[in-house]
Amino acid sequence: MSFLELTEPWGKPSRNIFFPTSNDVQQNAAPVISRTTQPIVTGASVIALKYADGVMIAADNLASYGSLARFFDVERLTKVGNNTIVGIGGDVSDYQHIQRTLEDLEIKENNYGDGYALQPSHIHEYLSRVFYARRNKMDPYWNQAIVAGVDGDEKEPFVAFADLRGNTYTAPAIATGFAIHLALPMLRKVTDDDRWKTLSKERARAAIDDCIRVLYYRDGRSLNKFSVATITAGGVDFQTNQSVSSEWAFAEKQYGYGTQEV
Amino acid sequence: MSSIGTGYDLGLFFSPDGRLFQAEYAYKAVENGSTCIGIKCKDGVILALEKIIISKLLKPHANTRIGSVGRHVGIATTGFIPDGMHILKRARDEANSWRDNYGSAIPGSVMADRLGNYVQLFTCYSSVRPFGVMSFVAAYDDLGPHLYMIEPNGVYWGYNGISAGKGRQIARNELEKLDFSTLKMKDAVKEAARIIYATHDEEHNKDHEIEMTWVGEETNGIHTTVPEDLLQEAEAYARRTVEGGEDEDVPMNE
Repeated sequence: MSFLELTEPWGKPSRNIFFPTSNDVQQNAAPVISRTTQPIVTGASVIALKYADGVMIAADNLASYGSLARFFDVERLTKVGNNTIVGIGGDVSDYQHIQRTLEDLEIKENNYGDGYALQPSHIHEYLSRVFYARRNKMDPYWNQAIVAGVDGDEKEPFVAFADLRGNTYTAPAIATGFAIHLALPMLRKVTDDDRWKTLSKERARAAIDDCIRVLYYRDGRSLNKFSVATITAGGVDFQTNQSVSSEWAFAEKQYGYGTQEV
Repeated sequence: MSSIGTGYDLGLFFSPDGRLFQAEYAYKAVENGSTCIGIKCKDGVILALEKIIISKLLKPHANTRIGSVGRHVGIATTGFIPDGMHILKRARDEANSWRDNYGSAIPGSVMADRLGNYVQLFTCYSSVRPFGVMSFVAAYDDLGPHLYMIEPNGVYWGYNGISAGKGRQIARNELEKLDFSTLKMKDAVKEAARIIYATHDEEHNKDHEIEMTWVGEETNGIHTTVPEDLLQEAEAYARRTVEGGEDEDVPMNE
């Protein structure tokens, strides 16, 4: 073929689009593309904060089907390596896919066998890139995520946020979902102005418990069964099946709640 | 096995007496490779590779040749090294694909089978050449420890102990003396070091280093390099046993 012959199609409309061989509209229609438009089975809030020795992250064990509290044993905190926890709220099927992706990432990195391990900052960057890429295709993973861990050789406490649009930010206290409005002010009270650097483990855990309690009272899609993970230079301490005390007796005095005496 | 193909060896087709000469010649590539042994014990598998140090400029203990596949499988190859790297890559693809489809870690027997089939593929066409490596697959899964070796023509067998490369004959004799049913991982590490030392050809006076990995109960099912202190201990034990305690530098209380 001469070069001139090769240039023949340049600038010309493709034959099979402008001169379809079939008159059937169905055959000539563009392929159907489906995109995520709404989350179906969802997880609620995730909260995390830095403290003196590391970071703490917590999430309840509920997956809701709209307003139905459907699954009570969902673990929404995922361990990645020995220094990172990823806590995810939002669509659970997207969360499960992200879990698989992170596991593949972990295995691939481990196989290099070069002594380097993925740090929380790497995982956060990777996750936010994945979110942003899907957002640009208008087909997002419908999640809000918190990446928490101890980063680098210095084992610096690290807590960062990434969401379905590719938004990211880092702060000493981070929350997703309803907790942004209900829990973040409480967490910021104990972590602002570098106060987290002298925050003890007990007080950090107390702050988390208080936040979970408030969420249980006020978030209609929450559960009093949660997991909390503490990450320090020594590794990950994962506690499951946690719960907080709560007072509901006042409800009896409320008109409309409890059993009606009159 | 030093017969010449006389015309039937310039491609992958059968000779009049039913041999595939190219596939057989591939074994020659392995015969001169560095000695590699695998030991499957009660609770895990050890892979050991003797690496001759060809230049003092090489960074010690870098350039690892035994690779991890997934978390629980290790692959060591000896012979034509680049072919070995390619097999390792293929193994990783297979393990990934299994995990994508079935959500679990690839069983050792499946890994060996996939690699065996892959290697055999290259003995079918004259447009490609067979792999010039013996591949050792060490795995630890739900059914326990596994050790397989895949040969250049695609055949593979499961072993308790196996060796390949230059010192394979001596190694095989030593391996046959081991009691695999009672051997534990930590002892197997020492034995592996001893056997490598036994095969080392002193006359050529070249420095060598041992690369050893293990997977099993001691490692919680994760394939990793044998810890430095255990390896030192094993090499000291090897030096003592093989050189008959003539080495002054070895401490007496091991």
